[in-house]
Formats: sequence, structure tokens, C-alpha cells
Amino acid sequence: MAEIHADEPTRRDFLYVATGSLAAVGVASAVWPLIDQMNPDASVLALASIEVDISNIPVGQETTFKWRGKPVFVRHRSEEEIAAAESVDVASLPDPQTDDERVRTGPDGELERQWLVVIGICTHLGCVPLSYKGEYDGYFCPCHGSVYDTSGRIRKGPAPLNLEVPPYEFVSDTKIKIG
Amino acid sequence: MSGESTYTPANGFTRWLDARLPILRLVNDSFVDYPTPKNLNYWWTFGAILSLCLAVQIVTGIVLAMHYVPTTELAFASVEHIMRDVNYGWLIRYVHANGASMFFIAVYIHMFRGLYYGSYKAPREVLWILGVLIYLLMMATAFFGYVLPWGQMSFWGATVITNLFGAIPVVGEALRTWLWGGFSVGDPTLNRFFSLHYLFPFLIAGVVVLHVWALHVTGQGNPAGIEVKDPKKDTVPFTPYATIKDGFGMVLFLILFAYFVFYNPNGLGEPDNYEIANPLKTPAHIVPEWYLLPFYAILRAVPDKLGGVILMFGAIAILFVLPWLDTSKVRSARFRPLYKQFFWIFVAVCLGLGYCGGQTPDKILIHVGDGGFDVTDLSRILTIYYFAHFIVLLPVLGLVEKPKPLPASIADSVLPGTRQDQATS
Repeated sequence: MAEIHADEPTRRDFLYVATGSLAAVGVASAVWPLIDQMNPDASVLALASIEVDISNIPVGQETTFKWRGKPVFVRHRSEEEIAAAESVDVASLPDPQTDDERVRTGPDGELERQWLVVIGICTHLGCVPLSYKGEYDGYFCPCHGSVYDTSGRIRKGPAPLNLEVPPYEFVSDTKIKIG
Repeated sequence: MSGESTYTPANGFTRWLDARLPILRLVNDSFVDYPTPKNLNYWWTFGAILSLCLAVQIVTGIVLAMHYVPTTELAFASVEHIMRDVNYGWLIRYVHANGASMFFIAVYIHMFRGLYYGSYKAPREVLWILGVLIYLLMMATAFFGYVLPWGQMSFWGATVITNLFGAIPVVGEALRTWLWGGFSVGDPTLNRFFSLHYLFPFLIAGVVVLHVWALHVTGQGNPAGIEVKDPKKDTVPFTPYATIKDGFGMVLFLILFAYFVFYNPNGLGEPDNYEIANPLKTPAHIVPEWYLLPFYAILRAVPDKLGGVILMFGAIAILFVLPWLDTSKVRSARFRPLYKQFFWIFVAVCLGLGYCGGQTPDKILIHVGDGGFDVTDLSRILTIYYFAHFIVLLPVLGLVEKPKPLPASIADSVLPGTRQDQATS
């Protein structure tokens, strides 16, 4: 093999680099569809929002709806539960949030404090917490012992964050649209 | 050890083939005339036993895939269909399900054998690393497979394990959604896990080929931990000596295997997995399969989510650098009086972690007043010891320990005095 050696970069070096770069771009663009096919597909995304009727949930009770394959807890809170959630010193929480930040406004523009809507997935490793259990009568996760209050905020245990509030809005006084 | 080939083609056809594809030569040099240290004990039969396990899993798995349906609607029902309707389906499924446990029993014995006899030391570092890689692939394969019956443990195990990736900063969330193909474990997840469960055993088989290749380059280790000096005196041919010994080991192992398949087929499983997956209800006590319990205990021992995930994967990752953490030049624990004791403590620690992983984290072991010493406390101590074994004990032991004198040769370690006789003759 003849050895080509030059101190200065040559036109040939440029061609090598240019060819190599183009090949890398080509490979990356061929691989991307193979990676992206694993992301949520159109049929999964089509089911991304649901509308639910909440008129038949009595005060002090909760109903679970399935949204995006996950449980969503819709809790009709009593005055005591709201008071308990509001009386907490926010600065002392692991994931500080006021109760007002965790509820949404109704069609009349007032905060609907009696309705708590959270995704029923423990923020630790994804188990479904048990409702009306634990020290704060909010939620208790049986897997690794995380305790949430009546606002779904983490109070004790390994979970790092509050129960997630899904994007939702009040369509009317008795209906909410989740997602 | 993979020195001169001793193969001589017996007839015209094999001579013709040998000049074109020397496959018979390869088989002969690898499994017939291959020189095997003559002092190997029964702990060395687990390599062959593991090959058997892999073959059993692939054969039964391919058959099960002919009847299984990877959709959330039908997966659970199709497994019950296999159990009740398919001819010998119950047998094939029980062999496959228990085969996974048998595979892990064998691999753990194989790995602890490597730890005891220092099989990972130079020049066998790459051989060891390939073995750890196989172990990782096995765990991934077992995890994918456990999800397929779509029982409660399948679903919640998949949920917890995939959520581990959500702990990674910045990209965790997107990575988790990508793994799921949705916003939770669902149909796309099950389907891709089935695809990967079918793929991974063949990846394992590929790495096994590299593992055996590396083994045949350096030659096998042996209980004395010294290299072959004179192949004539120190070794015997693989066939018949090692093949028969491996075969006998396999038969004993198959007796244990058959006990589980025929007399206790669900003994190693979780009854919760005979309940169909319900995304709205988590079982009260979720645990992984027994072979993953020590890592689960490490995960739960750490109060921080990301920290727990890092330590859990770190517990496996540390095995990759083990050859460079152990500073002792002496391989076999037979000649390392201190290491020998710490080895058994380490075994006990691993078993202890396994115990902790199977218990509820707040179970109190020693009562003191209202509270006491609970499973989490024990897991923390054992986790610290686990890492200290590799990071502190192994480097320090090699420096402070005074090893016993090594035998002059493998032949000498089997028949003491052989060498002296020779020296005087």
C-alpha cells in the first residue's frame, strides 16, 4: 500500500471527513424511525382526553376514572378535609404547594375547593395508593409506605413529589374534561 | 491452552471438509481433545449446566410462543389456555417458568464459584466481564418474560421497574414514555416486551459463544488457582473426562429441576400472578422474583429515589471492575485464609439482602419500645457491607493477607509428592 503523507490537510482529507459526516447523518436518520416507533402512537394519543360526570359523587367520597391507562381519583372533599389541607404550613412540605394551587376554577370563575382531582399513581415507583388511609386520611401507598394528605401532597415516605394533578377543566358544574 | 490443533481427519470426506470449513476441527479442539485441568471439582460443572438451561429455555420458549398471544386482552387467557387445553402445555410452561429459576440458581453458583476461586483475575478479566454481561442480559430477559402472563405481579413489576428509569434526571420522563409506548404500562408495552423476550436469549447465546471463546484462549481456571505448567501431567482431555463429569452434574441438577416442575411448580412463584392485571389496584405487597430480591432490598434501603436506583444498578456494575479491585495475586480462596472468611460473610450478606427484599420494609425484627430495628435498617447495614466488600475489603485484603504456600503444580495439588518424586528421580 502506498502511503500518503502530507503535513497540511489535503483535499482528500476533506473528502473523507465530508463522506463520513454524511454517512453518520444518513445512519442517524435511518435509525430514528426505528427508535421513534416505540413512542406513543396515534391511537394511544387519540385516547388522551376524557369527559366525566361528577354529579353523583357524594361529599366525602371518591370515584376512580381511567385516563391514559392510569387511575384518576376524583374526590369530593368535605369541609374538614379542605380545612385540614389548608391549615398546613406550606414551607414544611417536601414538595411545597398550597391547596389552592391544587384545585381548579369552575365555570363561574370561583375555585372549586371541594373537588380534588389527582392521578392515582404514587410518585415513587408508580403503585396505586389507597384512599382515605394513612396518617392524614389522604392516601397511603402500600408498596413503600408513602403518605399523602387530603390535598394529595406528599407528607412522609420515599416519594419525592405530590400526587400529580392532571390537566383538566370544568365543562359545567357537573362535568370535567381530563386531558 | 488453545495451542496446536491435534485434529487429524479420519477419512476422505472429513479431509475434504477440513480444507473448506474446519468445523470438525473446531469441535474436536474445543470439546474433545481440549486439555482440562485434572483437579476440577463439581463446582466446575455449572458452565455445562448453564448451557443446558439456556437450551431448555429456548426450546420451551419457542414452543410457548406458538400458543401465546401478546395483547392485554388475551395474554392472561392464552396462558391459561396453554395450561388447560394445549397438549402438554402445562408441562412446557412449568418447565419454562421454573427453568428461569433453575437458570438463576445455576448462574449464582457459577458466579460465587468464580468469586471463591478468583476466576476473574488476570488473564481472565474479559472472560469474567462477558459473564457479567450474560448475567445482565439474563435479568432483562427474565423481567420481560415475567411480564408476559399479564398477572397482577407482571403488571406491577413492570410498572415499578420501568418507573426506575423515570428517576433519571431530565430525560427520565421521556425515556419512560418511550419504554411504555403510552402513558402507562399497556398493550404496546406488553407487545414489545414479548418481542424483546424472544430476542434476548439469542443475544445471550451470542455472548456465551464469546464467553466460551475467551475461556478457551486463557484455559480454564481450577481450584488450586495456578496455571497449567505441563499439559501432559496437569491436564486430561475434555472428552471423556469433563463431558462425563458435566453429564453427571447435569443429571443431579435435573433431579432438582424435576422436583420443582412436578412436585412444586408454583413454589417459587407468587400467587398474585394468577390474578389478571388490574391497572387500578396494586397488590398489598409487591415483590420481584426471588432472584432479584437482593437488588430490590438495595433499592428500598435508600431513602432517595434516584439514589436507590443508582445503588441498585451500581451493585451489578461493580462486578465489571472487580478484577481491578481485588489486589491479591493469589487466585484461590484455598490459599487465602482471610479472604476465605470474608467470602462466606459476603455470601451471607447476599442471602440476607435477599431475605430483606422479600419482607415488607417496615417489618420489625428486634422490638425496642414502640419501634425497633426493622427490615429497612437491616437492608441499610447489609447494603453498606455489600459495597464495602468490593471497595474496601478486597483492595485491603490483598495487601495485608499472608497467603498460604501454593502447590508447585496442578498435578502436585492432586497427588502430593508427585513432583518431589520427579525431582529425585
